[in-house]
Amino acid sequence: MLFYFKFMVARAAMMPQKIKKRVKEGKIVEERKNQIWAFALTGLLILISLMYYKANVFYMYSIVYIWFGFAYGMMLQYGRFCFASASRDLFAAGVPRMAVGIMVALVFFSLIQATLKATDMSTFKPAPFGIHTMISGLIFGVGMVIAGGCASGSLYKIGEGNMTSFLAAFFGLSIGQAIFVDVKWFNFLIPQKWIDSAMAKGLPSEKVTSSFDYYLAGYVWDQPSIQLSKTKFISEALPGASKYFVGDALLNAIIPAIILLIVIYAVWNRKGFIKKRAKQKGGQTGFGDELAGIWNMITASKRTTIMGVIIGITAGLHIFVIKGMQLKFGITNFGQLLTQMGFTSEVSIRGTVFDPGYWYITTQEAQLGAWILQKMGWDMMDNVFFGVNNGIPGLLRNPALWLSIGIIFGAMVMAKLSNEFKFKMPKGELIAWGLIGGLLMGIGSRPSLGCNIGAFFIRAAGGDPSGWLYGIGMVGGAFIGVKFFNWWSERKMAKEMEAF
Amino acid sequence: MAMKFEKTGEGTYMLDVCGYVCPHPQIYCKKSLEKMGEGDVVEVILDNPSSVETISQMCDQVGHDILERKTEGGKTYLKIKKG
Repeated sequence: MLFYFKFMVARAAMMPQKIKKRVKEGKIVEERKNQIWAFALTGLLILISLMYYKANVFYMYSIVYIWFGFAYGMMLQYGRFCFASASRDLFAAGVPRMAVGIMVALVFFSLIQATLKATDMSTFKPAPFGIHTMISGLIFGVGMVIAGGCASGSLYKIGEGNMTSFLAAFFGLSIGQAIFVDVKWFNFLIPQKWIDSAMAKGLPSEKVTSSFDYYLAGYVWDQPSIQLSKTKFISEALPGASKYFVGDALLNAIIPAIILLIVIYAVWNRKGFIKKRAKQKGGQTGFGDELAGIWNMITASKRTTIMGVIIGITAGLHIFVIKGMQLKFGITNFGQLLTQMGFTSEVSIRGTVFDPGYWYITTQEAQLGAWILQKMGWDMMDNVFFGVNNGIPGLLRNPALWLSIGIIFGAMVMAKLSNEFKFKMPKGELIAWGLIGGLLMGIGSRPSLGCNIGAFFIRAAGGDPSGWLYGIGMVGGAFIGVKFFNWWSERKMAKEMEAF
Repeated sequence: MAMKFEKTGEGTYMLDVCGYVCPHPQIYCKKSLEKMGEGDVVEVILDNPSSVETISQMCDQVGHDILERKTEGGKTYLKIKKG
């Protein structure tokens, strides 16, 4: 008791000194400024939400996307959650932190997705399955390593003030992607049977013109979509809701995630851990030590693992809320509400706009690029991607785009609160890496109709094996990207060390 | 902006990767440590938060000691002793 009293007296005497020192160093002023910024940014989003609500109750839809984006942004920044880092840091530095975080998120997300499907509250749709998914993932994987962040990672890094990520997201994912789906540059590569198949779909001929149109309507749409719970074998063997938990969650997400965790442990983590353990125990180690090693790997970066759990749950909740909004308004796509509000020129010929109903990144960024190009006089609705499927909503009427903006805001608020925000303009080689990487990510997210989130995370957790095809491609691409950067940095290090 | 890797004394080095984003800081840090002898110390200066997380875990796994860690004005200073 006496010791505690003495400790408290000593601590009280120390505090003012500490505070004085921090004030002198300008840290308190900087922290206060950052806090004011964080409150101002959050206040701005609240104000925007209120204005939307006042303008039309239909914009509740956008408000939901804004705040889920905001939550993702905060969590991504706090957990340093980037899919690029998952495979890249394994290959480049032997660090499994992010790969573990993603597997944890996947497990939790898959269970919530299964619950939502069992209660008919899911918006999940499987994607066409084929080798195109893996090739697309490979291109995306190289791009994300070169750009320094995946599609969602680039957005949260913009929130940290990283303008290299802005180059990747704006010029690559937005403008680059929009141009990619509209040009005829690759028509000479398109097989005649794709052209015939596309033209046989009954689409207006003026909407089927670009190389991507023939690929999408003539090849991708002809591929089968697979969702394990809907396959003949599983739906017959497991009637009722169990097919979602066993087929989609357990078989397609949880078991592969556990296998991957074991492989990562065995290849990158085991040697160091068992060596330490043997030293501590002074001899032999057993199976219990192996389990302790896996648990140690999972909990090594608590902030990433905890965020993995919360991101998984939030992504599920996002689907639930969007489905609830759709039921409330009696719609299946936000384009129906835009049409009711009179914005008919912004929706596709099917009356739809891009409205994924869950966490998604790249298509709304392509829409932003298309909107800008359209303002510059480029007709962006004369293709299947925008004209038939996704539309190009006005800048302030695009709910999915608000998800991306929300991520930037959320990450910025979190970075400000933890004094990690730093405005960094790219210079020299980083400009090239941002542009090249962003462009590769843009191109790599189109053929698969999604990126690391839409094509991998959502699908793998939803019972669609094509998510894993994309994941394999993405990891392969990351390996190539790391090989390239290893070679590049070795050259630079050798130059620096000439002076030693 | 350029990466700097300098020998600042006997067994001491400085790696400045400010302005660089992932994966450059962690790759340069790993390569610097590979070039150094056991017991040598490098001060790494960086301003990319996620790289700090990766470098910390890399040191923990490989057995390098982080002797000092401070963040000021958006920059993080890590003093790492090669293990």
